[in-house]
Amino acid sequence: MRHLINITDFTPEEIVELLDLGDRMIADPAQWRSSQQGRILATLFFEPSTRTRLSFESAMQSLGGSTLGFATADSSSTTKGESLLDTISTVSCYSDIIAMRHPREGAPVAAALKSRVPVINAGDGGHNHPTQTLTDMMTIRRRKGVLDGLTIGVCGDLKFGRTVHSLLDAMSRCPGNRFVLISPPELRVPSYVTDMLQSRGSRYTEVESMEAAMAQLDVLYMTRVQRERFFNEADYVRLKDTYILTPEKLAGARDDLIVMHPLPRVNEIDTRVDDDPRAVYFEQVRNGRFVRMALIQKMLEDWA
Amino acid sequence: MNIDAIQRGIVLDHISAGRGMDIYRALHLDELSCSVAIIRNVKSPAMGKKDIIKIDEDIDIDLDVLGFLDPGITVNIIEDGVIVEKKHLALPHRLTGILQCRNPRCITVQEKSLQQIFLLKDAERHIYRCYYCDAEQK
Ligand SMILES: [Zn+2]
Repeated sequence: MRHLINITDFTPEEIVELLDLGDRMIADPAQWRSSQQGRILATLFFEPSTRTRLSFESAMQSLGGSTLGFATADSSSTTKGESLLDTISTVSCYSDIIAMRHPREGAPVAAALKSRVPVINAGDGGHNHPTQTLTDMMTIRRRKGVLDGLTIGVCGDLKFGRTVHSLLDAMSRCPGNRFVLISPPELRVPSYVTDMLQSRGSRYTEVESMEAAMAQLDVLYMTRVQRERFFNEADYVRLKDTYILTPEKLAGARDDLIVMHPLPRVNEIDTRVDDDPRAVYFEQVRNGRFVRMALIQKMLEDWA
Repeated sequence: MNIDAIQRGIVLDHISAGRGMDIYRALHLDELSCSVAIIRNVKSPAMGKKDIIKIDEDIDIDLDVLGFLDPGITVNIIEDGVIVEKKHLALPHRLTGILQCRNPRCITVQEKSLQQIFLLKDAERHIYRCYYCDAEQK
């Protein structure tokens, strides 16, 4: 029985298999309409995340399966003091696969120790969120045709942005990718990320200006710069506009650039960018559904 | 107790000088009824100074705890007054119930029934990572 806790739980080859299946599902969704009929996905959201939960539920229902679960911890028995492990033991009797989100880091690892069914990590605090990374990789591959040899810019809060760390982890395992890390000095990637890039022989540069980096990028991955990450308001106000993507800043970019964002966005991408054909963040949402379908299918069939 | 001559028991040699008492406590040697000697600041050609612990009984020692605290220690098993086995320690790959995760956001902070597990990440720098949340600890 396999679990998906961290994106590195899957080999690069397995990720490619998964993305291939996702592509086949997009091409002919009807073929999969009843492939998980009679099976149940439990969505255990100890911390609310409507988007991620709906994406999982939509995926399971698109495969003919059904779903049960809870959307916040206060509707679950955890508020009555039940331990996570007891909840998992119980729920794994009612379901065939579990997708869980939990505010505490490592919660899905603990859940996997107890569960009788596969566990998918749908986010554990600021730690891992592997299905977001799968979604990102699917989007990159569908648009660029490859996962290697790309120049990938990541921009914004690179210190706390777990989606970025996870994406860098996954994409640095593909050969020939080069990374441009664009952030204010206060929000640079932690040293364990640069250590990882170095140990894999990935080339990377750390820069502060989005505009200066723009022309060389194949992929621009935007994240939010949050007010609460700054020590003082003045620094935030000074920096926030620097990391907002506008049509003007895209002027120097390549025609085949893709602009990505894990959503929800606040103001880090000007809505005028939405109509630019290079903006793919809403496509990511659609890909997220199909890659989760592929994941459920793989975990309940080929990798069961 | 004659600390030189043990007939049957264990001698922990090459303990870093000054760590003898820590090892004594960590292995719960105070709970033993047999005689136990801690010899401190013994002259050692290789180490300058070292501590030695002699235990006058062949007990089960948690080699993981010992290897984690001081991987340079040699464990000598004595029978009939002679060393019958010499064990050289290494940093254990997995520590169970020895380190406590210090990440305040770790699931082990909330789920008290979870066993604390750490895995060796970098032997050279003595770095372990929490099995659950990946937080590093020395
Ligand atoms: Zn931990």
